[in-house]
Amino acid sequence: MTESAESDWKQVLEKALPSANLRFSEFRNQQRVDVPASGIVAALTALRDAGMDQLCDLTAVDLLEYPGATDRFEVVYLLLNTTSGQRLTVRTHLNEPDLKIPSAVPIWFGADWLEREVYDMYGIVFEGHPNFKRLLLPDAFESFPMRKDYPVKGRGERHNFPIITRAES
Amino acid sequence: MATQINKQLGDNIFLTTLDAAASWARANSLWPMPFATACCGIELMSTAASRHDLSRFGSEVMRFTPRQCDLMIVAGRVVMKMIPVLQRIWMQMPEPKWCISMGACACSGGVFDTYAVVQGIDRFIPVDVYVPGCPPRPEQLIRAIMDLQDKIKKTGTYNAREFQLRILPDGPKRFDEDELMRIRERNGLELDDHKYDPIH
Repeated sequence: MTESAESDWKQVLEKALPSANLRFSEFRNQQRVDVPASGIVAALTALRDAGMDQLCDLTAVDLLEYPGATDRFEVVYLLLNTTSGQRLTVRTHLNEPDLKIPSAVPIWFGADWLEREVYDMYGIVFEGHPNFKRLLLPDAFESFPMRKDYPVKGRGERHNFPIITRAES
Repeated sequence: MATQINKQLGDNIFLTTLDAAASWARANSLWPMPFATACCGIELMSTAASRHDLSRFGSEVMRFTPRQCDLMIVAGRVVMKMIPVLQRIWMQMPEPKWCISMGACACSGGVFDTYAVVQGIDRFIPVDVYVPGCPPRPEQLIRAIMDLQDKIKKTGTYNAREFQLRILPDGPKRFDEDELMRIRERNGLELDDHKYDPIH
């Protein structure tokens, strides 16, 4: 990764979000940037237009009781420039009760199932998603099981079914 | 009387009850429905394959439609999303029918004690024989089928309606932790406030 490429996307972001509070950081040679949730579409669109053409992954982290964390949820976008091989992690933070963020499907269509999975597991609502519903769990499921305050054994969902006896079947 | 008839007719005629004859025929002509969801399914295939040869016990005709089967072999873990499917397949099987719960996961959930995995299919459908193991060896499944054949010979009927009388569960019910959780929820106890509740 060259210095010029790194400064490129920093300039792109600062140009796209001039007044936003962008925080740049680095962890083991991985470049990261924290973007406010209101500017996430502008940031991702600018990065896509600047060459970050692949969305490798879109996921979330629940930072409940995480040391040093100030926000509850963190939505993570892992981007890749398939020409230069450059990678970038874009993060944005959300707090209850306002767990809404604009969808990235208009920017990368591959975000479709990823956003549905994040909603399924964390309950983060992606506004503007074309087919927004649960991906893995049944539609009647009410909890969001990857949240840290959700018990591993669930809240009785796995046993909420009719019991068929020998006489009935 | 019976001995006189035997003397008259020799070895050409056997006397038995219709119930026992039907059960004998049924026990040696099981049609399994493989409900294989995990690694136990591999052992189930191995049991039916040439090395272990399930056809020696008259139950090699696996059918993938429940309407042609009378033995459901649940091999592998069953998640909560799968239970309505499992119950529907079970209801589609014609009487008389039996169920083998194969492996630790189908019997008890195994190591997968999470919100999604059902802790034993016997909570929702009747089970005749349990096979422990993770996964069980084919010999164990063969033994389970032989045990089931014994059971069919003892409890089978010529019309399946008698199952209603013979296999209704009675006696004390086992304690259900999830029922306790539901009671607590009904009583308005906020589970959110108890992150380290030992029930969870």
